Amino acid sequence: MAQETTASPIGRDTPRVDGPVKVTGTAQYTSDFHFPGMLYAVPVEATIANGKIRQLDTTAAEKMPGVRAIFHRANIGKIFRSVVGQGMEGICEERRPPFDDDVIRYYGQYVALAVADTFEAAKAAADAVRVTYDKEKPNVETDLKADDDPDTIASTFGPQERLESHRGDADAAFASAPAKLDQVYVTPAETHNPIELQGTTATWDGSMLTIYEESQGVFNLRSVLAQMFGLPKENVRVITKFVGSGFGSKLFPWTHCPLAVAAAKQLGKPVKLVLSRKMMFQSVGHRARTQQRVQLGATRDGKLVSLQHDYVYHRSMLDAHHEDCGEATAFHYSVPNLRIKFGRAKRNVGGAADMRGPGAVPGLFATESAMNELADQLKIDPVRLRILNEPKIDEGLGIPFSSRHFLECLELGAKEFGWSKRNPEVGSMKRDGLTLGWGMAGCAWIATRIGAEANVQFRDDGTVRIACGTQDIGTGTYTVLALLTADKTGVPLDKIEVALGDTSLPEGPLEGGSWLTGSLVPAVFAAADNAITSLLMIATTTPGSPFEKRRPADLGFENGRVFVKANGSAGGVPFADLLWRANLRLATGSGKSEGIFGEKKPKFSTHSFGCHFAEVTWQPEIARLRVNRVMTVIDAGRIINPLAGRNQIEGSVVMGIGMALLEHTTYDPQNGAPINSNLADYIMAVNADVPKLDVHFVDFPDKAINELGARGIGEIGLAGIAAAITAATYHATGVRVRELPIKIEDLLTSSVLAA
Amino acid sequence: MKTFQITRPKDNPQATAAAGKSKTAQQGADIRFIAGGTTLIDLMKLNVEQPQNLVDVNRLPLDKIEATPDGGLTIGATVRNSELAWHPLVRKNYAVLSEAVLSGATVQIRNMATTAGNLLQRTRCMYFRDTAMPCNKREPGSGCGAINGVNRGLAILGTSEHCIATNPSDMNVAMAALEATVHVRGAKGERAIPIADFHVLPGNTPQRETVLEPGDLITHVTLPPPAPGNRSLYLKLRDRMSYEFALASAAVVITAANGKITRARIAMGGVGTKPWRSTEAEGELADQPATEATFRKAADAALRGAKSQSQNGFKVELAKRCLVHALKLATQPA
Repeated sequence: MAQETTASPIGRDTPRVDGPVKVTGTAQYTSDFHFPGMLYAVPVEATIANGKIRQLDTTAAEKMPGVRAIFHRANIGKIFRSVVGQGMEGICEERRPPFDDDVIRYYGQYVALAVADTFEAAKAAADAVRVTYDKEKPNVETDLKADDDPDTIASTFGPQERLESHRGDADAAFASAPAKLDQVYVTPAETHNPIELQGTTATWDGSMLTIYEESQGVFNLRSVLAQMFGLPKENVRVITKFVGSGFGSKLFPWTHCPLAVAAAKQLGKPVKLVLSRKMMFQSVGHRARTQQRVQLGATRDGKLVSLQHDYVYHRSMLDAHHEDCGEATAFHYSVPNLRIKFGRAKRNVGGAADMRGPGAVPGLFATESAMNELADQLKIDPVRLRILNEPKIDEGLGIPFSSRHFLECLELGAKEFGWSKRNPEVGSMKRDGLTLGWGMAGCAWIATRIGAEANVQFRDDGTVRIACGTQDIGTGTYTVLALLTADKTGVPLDKIEVALGDTSLPEGPLEGGSWLTGSLVPAVFAAADNAITSLLMIATTTPGSPFEKRRPADLGFENGRVFVKANGSAGGVPFADLLWRANLRLATGSGKSEGIFGEKKPKFSTHSFGCHFAEVTWQPEIARLRVNRVMTVIDAGRIINPLAGRNQIEGSVVMGIGMALLEHTTYDPQNGAPINSNLADYIMAVNADVPKLDVHFVDFPDKAINELGARGIGEIGLAGIAAAITAATYHATGVRVRELPIKIEDLLTSSVLAA
Repeated sequence: MKTFQITRPKDNPQATAAAGKSKTAQQGADIRFIAGGTTLIDLMKLNVEQPQNLVDVNRLPLDKIEATPDGGLTIGATVRNSELAWHPLVRKNYAVLSEAVLSGATVQIRNMATTAGNLLQRTRCMYFRDTAMPCNKREPGSGCGAINGVNRGLAILGTSEHCIATNPSDMNVAMAALEATVHVRGAKGERAIPIADFHVLPGNTPQRETVLEPGDLITHVTLPPPAPGNRSLYLKLRDRMSYEFALASAAVVITAANGKITRARIAMGGVGTKPWRSTEAEGELADQPATEATFRKAADAALRGAKSQSQNGFKVELAKRCLVHALKLATQPA
């Protein structure tokens, strides 16, 4: 709908520019970096979840062949705490520096570190460290009751009101509402499980610390390490060329990172530490378990009069990760009386963390499920119930939306899915001997922009380099940076070099919150504009230049060529010729943009919206429920690369199928270990579980975010999908599942018989 | 993983002699045969198995599938699972075996894993695989973490108060329904063990899973000739559609004529501490009409002795539905 120029590659399907290096194995991930004399480190994990170290015996381990050191509390040296500073810096979810005391608060907490010449020797030595504990019963109780916290609690990012949002009198309105729904929804702990294991390779030359790590935020990691080791920031460099997915687990550093650094500093050798898959379940974050009570009050014809969302999530003993399940609740629907309040329950688990769509994903499972149940109760079509409660403004903040096209999403989704053919009666729809279930849900996710810097260089060989110290966690950021640069310069993608993932580059944004793409646009455009200005200045001041007597204002720049505007663009001169003539290798421009994230008084409420329509098939003979198709419509502003964009949404729908039907991290009730800590026992969706997925984007540019109107799309696809699948499951089976994942044992109670 | 030595015997007697020095052929053996390594290496990395010596049997002449004179089949010990599943005679005469093998693991694992290795596949119980946890199978007398812990995937048949670990193999279930014979070469020569007697119940000694003695080398498995006119199939139920162990599975080999079952062989997976042949179910099916009522009776009989734990009670009903459905599919008009 918004084609601004025909030549721009923006808005066209573009294969990833980094695809070839990935498929040929030349892309260097953290564990691919090797250095002469490099040592290998393997942490020793606590085998209890609550208690104290009584004795740590390293005698045998130290004598093993190839072992360089066994580090523990007595000899690791000073590791300072890190505090959150201005903006995105100094952030880590586990604030206690590793080995800081002898108290064990979760299973798998590191108690020692073996360093040796080979990985095998280090692993054998780590296994040979003998630790005895004073063990206490861990608390990993799954039923969550809020701890006695004050009204304002400290979270990772600062103070947080437990009464998150309120308007009107929700309790009174609910009490007198003609129709009521009051249910509790539970989402389990989930583990991110990116395929690339987390790890750190640290090198120390006596003054300069260089870290190779698969980070979603290199600048934050730099600031954390500078604080933890008391170094000037400029003496720390973090390099992240490629990331094999993060899903939030790699947003902020975990304790293995300073351990690798401490070992490298003490031993004066590069040290590589790569976690095991088991450790990935223990010590690098997880999505917190949530228990959410949702109360909806409505009129008989489906107008909401009250909404209460009271939720509790589990947290680790020391850390303050806030799982903001109410993130989308305050604005998603129009309702005059509302209360969102949360509590927390301490457990002997590792630090919880952001996981793809943190807060909103579990939160929308609860609120969208409640909307679906209310629709069934009132015998109103669930799509219609949502249309009836469409807000005019963000009622939580009392300000307009920058761009909200939820209704268009619903309309398109319903039409494409064929929703009008739905018979709402449970178990009534049959096809090919199977019972069908249809369900839907809405979704929303924050859209925002954070500060960014970028640099563009025109080079005398006709290439352009775009540099920005951000990260590509597999979402297509290399390609987005190339596309934005191509759009401004007219230089084809194969002549554009992208540099990212390095703190020696201009400061780029942390890759989280789906804000990266939207944040990059203004910085890259400013950098490109400034580079073009510099180029035109060179064109008009270089002796012998065909534009020597012209003013820069007379010149235009398109398709990589400088031309006189009055003469039209046909006879332009390639920028490389001008640089060559001027004896210049390059002409550069830098750009910087400010963020809008965290603004005290925003003018607009900025969010992305969307909806999912899901079909399941039910085969009661063998209690088999399958997701058979999913139709997703997303309103995320202008889509810069639809190919990668669809890929993001499809990937999150796949994750959503896992969330609805499969995924849960289980803590052993007796010793507190995440017991299914491997990819065979932690069940995620595999290809065979994934049906045909349809993704549509409604293309409404959101100029409040940036001049292209592009918002991010990494997370929104996972919001709402589980509620759509549980609704479809109810429609097929008559079984209402309010605790994820849906299990076969839940479905065995279905009275819907064979088709 | 602990350091180990690997030796490569030239022939079967050498292999038997090399492994015969082991104190046990079971959990904790100091000498182990290695073929595909898909279970053993995995467990060695976890320190669950810590053999000092591996005897590599990959080069022994045990990798053939051949028809026997009586119309049955000989399957070499080191025949890879993929090869077994796709062999024309297996697909033609023993469909249940092909289907069972293909329902297990992944293509990559099946390309490495062998027939004998699959017979000896260790349980997937999470407590068995973690040396920090109590487990009577791994460390006799240490207790069972699963009985009072996470036991959703574990066995409901053949359990004891010491162990409820499931035999994880799909192939074994088909082998049980096909009444395979395991051929072993040991210190005292060769012997043939019916599959039903090959695996043992955990009882007081869950560390002991088979009747194998130190030095016993599985050389091959034989299958009897297919029952004339039989139909066989394997139905596996699990949470996801691939790369997961069974919550319940059924291998059925059925001969029926004029709507009446004349011969039935039934085995179940995912529910037993060993591959669970159910002669009780077979008894309910023999000479009975091929109706849902008959199937339900057979399923009830198969699960009659089930003892469930805190989380796996649903398996009783699931296994019944699995068997009923498998029987329905195996007897419906082609």
